[in-house]
Amino acid sequence: MITTSGLTKVYQSRGREVTALDGVDLHVRQGEVFGVVGQSGAGKSSLIRCVNLLERPTTGTVTVDGVDLTALAGRGRRAGKELRQARSRIGMVFQHFNLLSSRTVQANVELPLEILGVSGRERQTKALELLDLVGLADKAKAYPTQLSGGQKQRVGIARALAGNPKVLLSDEATSALDPETTRSILQLLRDLNRELGLTVLLITHEMDVVKTVCDSAALMKRGRIIESGTVSELLATPGSELAGELFPVSGAATGPDRTVVDVTFRGEAATQPVISQLSRTYNIDISILGAAMDTVGGKQIGRMRIELPGRYEDNVVPVGFLREQGLQVDAVDDAAEVVAAAELIKDGAQ
Amino acid sequence: MTWSDMQPLLTQGTYDTLYMVLWSTLVTVLGGLPLGILLVLTDKGGLLQNRPLNKVIGVVVNTGRSLPFIILLIFLIPVTTAIVGTFIGPTAMIVPLAIGAVPFFARLVETAVREVDHGLVEAVESMGGGIPTLVWKVLLPQALPSIVAGITTTVITLVGYSAMAGAVGGEGLGSKAITYGFQRFETGFMIATVVVLIALVTVVQLVGDGVVRLLARRGRTA
Repeated sequence: MITTSGLTKVYQSRGREVTALDGVDLHVRQGEVFGVVGQSGAGKSSLIRCVNLLERPTTGTVTVDGVDLTALAGRGRRAGKELRQARSRIGMVFQHFNLLSSRTVQANVELPLEILGVSGRERQTKALELLDLVGLADKAKAYPTQLSGGQKQRVGIARALAGNPKVLLSDEATSALDPETTRSILQLLRDLNRELGLTVLLITHEMDVVKTVCDSAALMKRGRIIESGTVSELLATPGSELAGELFPVSGAATGPDRTVVDVTFRGEAATQPVISQLSRTYNIDISILGAAMDTVGGKQIGRMRIELPGRYEDNVVPVGFLREQGLQVDAVDDAAEVVAAAELIKDGAQ
Repeated sequence: MTWSDMQPLLTQGTYDTLYMVLWSTLVTVLGGLPLGILLVLTDKGGLLQNRPLNKVIGVVVNTGRSLPFIILLIFLIPVTTAIVGTFIGPTAMIVPLAIGAVPFFARLVETAVREVDHGLVEAVESMGGGIPTLVWKVLLPQALPSIVAGITTTVITLVGYSAMAGAVGGEGLGSKAITYGFQRFETGFMIATVVVLIALVTVVQLVGDGVVRLLARRGRTA
């Protein structure tokens, strides 16, 4: 739905060149919620602004819903008619809401429809319908200054949806909100994604946002995408920084008389009490050292670090049992010699 | 000079002053508003970035602002004569008054428009809005309270300018004060014109502030 290839953005600042994007290839599938995370200055903001050409990429192409936007953009600062039409099919919500204080809530939602040339009565019907969708039907005549942050963002979302977009861009939409409001806004985005089939590209610095709503995620550092994939793919990637951030686990490594393994639940295994089954079947004591788990749609996603008594060699069978359940098991060890032992376990499991 | 001598002079003077000020305000707003907006749009990083045009407007505006009004008044006599047919009388004074106030008002508009949050411009650009949409639906409505405050300041400045116009063949309170109060040593009349001028300026300021409050209150109260 959204594809960028070889995207670079270089700013000229007092004779110096600052590279904000350094060859970004991003692919967002239709109907998914895609999160780009990274610290301030990683280039997230430049990336999302390049998607609807609010910023012109220095090189590279942006394709949204099969339309090459970079080809539509003229050379100048002004957006031509074709680019403006394409933009009207891409909704965008902002960290600071960007509502016009001179207009009522309803008139704010009507603004994109005015730009599209929709007649007065249709605009009103559509605006009220959208306000109802975001749960603010009773605030139509209010002014933005009378609303709370969460309500303002709901208006922002209603406004972004006015042009019936297929794609919604979210620029740190929840970063100015408190945790509870953040959850309700994320839930709204999730619902819109499911009900309208809306593709959502969001940028955030909050890992929780990715964990709560995203199907896929990418990690940005210094203008580059370091990791990218679905949440379960990322979890399956050994050493994935993003997976580690999303599902952080801690605990001591394997020692001479204990085996420590990370069990990764990728949402594919049936929801069964695997740990207690393991304990009962093999009559072993299991300690849970750390866990970061979420249950999404009845499926468990996350990581758990457990300790089994005895050396690796003694635990080949229990580990094999976990793998049979569709779980990924990785040994946790400091020393290189233990890696060899981990290989031994793998062989044993096969 | 008795009150019955002063009263018709003050009435006529006030009427002429209001006539000059109101018409020149109208011309100033019509001229200064687009100029102020152009100053913002053509500036570096603006929506219509055009450095040469921006420089030209900037130089014209600064030149207009740096000339003392009394000099401008005399300097513009040929222009006034060309437009109105004479350089004497209240109608003729509208020309130098407006030309003197346009650069001043343009700078006030520029400041007001610059204060509009860039995020709003970005939001409307992301909806596919073009320059006319941005000017009419974002920049002007959002800057309106500050622009109205600017108009108030401009009107008051024009009241002051119009009094100076009295020295160069204009009519109004200034002209009356110079003729009767200064040249005929009528201290009582001089004080009376000053009181009328103060009252005039006070009323303008109060009305202007009231409108600004009304506009800024949108959304503050239910």
